[in-house]
Amino acid sequence: MNIVVCVKQVPDTATERKLSSKDNTLDRDAADGVINELCEYAVEEALKIKEAHGGEVTVLTMGPAKATDTIRKALAMGADKAVHLVDDALHGSDALGTSHALAQTLKKIGFDLVILGSESTDARTGVLAAMLAERLGTPQLTLARKVDIDGSAISIERVTDYGYDKVTATLPAVVSVVEKINEPRYPSFKGIMAAKKKPVQTFGVADAEIDTAQVGLASSWSEVTEFAVAPPRAAGTIVKDEGDGGAKAAEFLASKKFI
Amino acid sequence: MHRLTDEYEALRKSVEEFSREVVAPVIGDYYERCAFPYDIVAQMGRMGLFGLPIPEEHGGMGGDYFALCLALEELARVDSSVAITLEAAVSLGAMPIHRYGTDAQKAEWLPRLTSGETLGAFGLTEPGGGSDVPGGMRTTATLDGGEWVINGSKAFITNSGTDITGFVAVAAITGHREPGEDGRARPEISTIIVPSGTPGFAVSKKYSKVGWSASDTRELSFTDCRVPEAGLLGERGRGYAQFLRTLDEGRVAIAALSVGLAQGCVDECLRYVRERRAFGQEIGRYQAIQFKIADMEVRTHTARLAYYHAAEKMLAGEPFKKEAAIAKLVSSNAAMDNARDATQIFGGYGFMNEFPVGRFYRDAKILEIGEGTSEVQRMLIARQLGLPA
Repeated sequence: MNIVVCVKQVPDTATERKLSSKDNTLDRDAADGVINELCEYAVEEALKIKEAHGGEVTVLTMGPAKATDTIRKALAMGADKAVHLVDDALHGSDALGTSHALAQTLKKIGFDLVILGSESTDARTGVLAAMLAERLGTPQLTLARKVDIDGSAISIERVTDYGYDKVTATLPAVVSVVEKINEPRYPSFKGIMAAKKKPVQTFGVADAEIDTAQVGLASSWSEVTEFAVAPPRAAGTIVKDEGDGGAKAAEFLASKKFI
Repeated sequence: MHRLTDEYEALRKSVEEFSREVVAPVIGDYYERCAFPYDIVAQMGRMGLFGLPIPEEHGGMGGDYFALCLALEELARVDSSVAITLEAAVSLGAMPIHRYGTDAQKAEWLPRLTSGETLGAFGLTEPGGGSDVPGGMRTTATLDGGEWVINGSKAFITNSGTDITGFVAVAAITGHREPGEDGRARPEISTIIVPSGTPGFAVSKKYSKVGWSASDTRELSFTDCRVPEAGLLGERGRGYAQFLRTLDEGRVAIAALSVGLAQGCVDECLRYVRERRAFGQEIGRYQAIQFKIADMEVRTHTARLAYYHAAEKMLAGEPFKKEAAIAKLVSSNAAMDNARDATQIFGGYGFMNEFPVGRFYRDAKILEIGEGTSEVQRMLIARQLGLPA
């Protein structure tokens, strides 16, 4: 089975994240780039499916040159090869643009199963899996906490507010996973050393036949017109209970329009 | 020169994440209960830590001893019990088999040792002699009808009594050599593999230790314990030379572990002094605190360079005895000093076992004792400088 995992490099949530004053997009150089956490679960699930059913796992990432670190991590975990979609024309793409770029690349490299994390810690739109499925004309099985494959049949347990839904489809398909699905492995030294020798193919917009009118900052459907740094948190007020604590608490809540 | 390659850095990061995500949240509880963390050890096994310096054909990771040192440093940054469990299992358990074992011994033990499924222990120290090896050694092994018959006892043996311990490699006197120039007959020392559960091999209950509480340390006794002659590890009479090599390497590993503890003290203090307020401001704003932390960082940094350097010489196949002793000495000092300073910065909370620095304080002292005391390191350095014995 030909499994492609889409991974994304995001700014480390443990460091301070900034927008760039140049074009109001995320400043990807300001923070350390790390693999998006949910993408690690996607890689793990791909590796598990490969271990059970055979096949090959390809990592696909769209991002600047430094996203190679994220590719290396996924390869060190055990993926077989990678495709790095990198082109200045892609900078500032929104979810629609990104889904076009990734879908075009997926059509080029071929796939039986595409796996993604259900959202990224930077943009958090959580719509990419659905958009990709639509563009590729395949079933979408999103928010999976469990994936089962039997021949060309795929079924998942889709997390809902009240429990889970059982969703079944036929491959090829696009799946997005949640953190309940598995425990991602830590790269071993053998995996790290092996990753050095694994092939990483670089694609530009022309290679993947991406329509440049649909990607990049200029084609984005939303625009950040201005931003301001969040003001530091003001000190809270301490209310002393002199027998009227309840009334004071109610007064506070009313002033904030909670009651 | 002392910049990590991308691969070493990726390994360091991988172990750092593992320590933070898997070890840190639960180790305090194991420590309090003096319980061996089987679950953590199993996960360390799955990520290949027990096979780091062992070739792939024996189930290892095909890395080197420096890779092991980096892993030890990152583990000890969070907890020394799991770090010493790995250190002893690899340098004292697996490495001697890898280096001196017969093909049959390697085939029997290495795949299980490198996966972390089985732990091997090394029985050298005896109740009557720590630094005084081989003079203080009393354990004997004699051949009788194709079997070694072992009698004696061993003290402070790490990993020797866990549920997954497979064997203890026991150093024993197997005869006497011709008298040397001083006219004294020297003992012939050999190492013999004794599988766990062999009749006559008794494992006492765990010691109650000041630190390293989640690691397994036991006293062992051998009473007419019989193992097949093929259990000899390496050449007969080469036991002393074998463990000298093992101990030189082990010093670099303990240095790495000590640097990890010293770094852990810096990490904890940096976090704490930004939160803790006294006299109207964060305590990290006071120069007395800043200077203490600066000194802690200096010790950690210099100790790290010392062990990187010793490891570099070791891997290059150059003599590294002096560098290993220096690294062990400065890093165990750094660990002890940093633990004391970190506890002081934490004040009353530093004295509580629930905070990592309390554990660091208890775990630091043994680093000046185990794998050669600080006095032994100074002796080794003086000898390497050509000063008389």
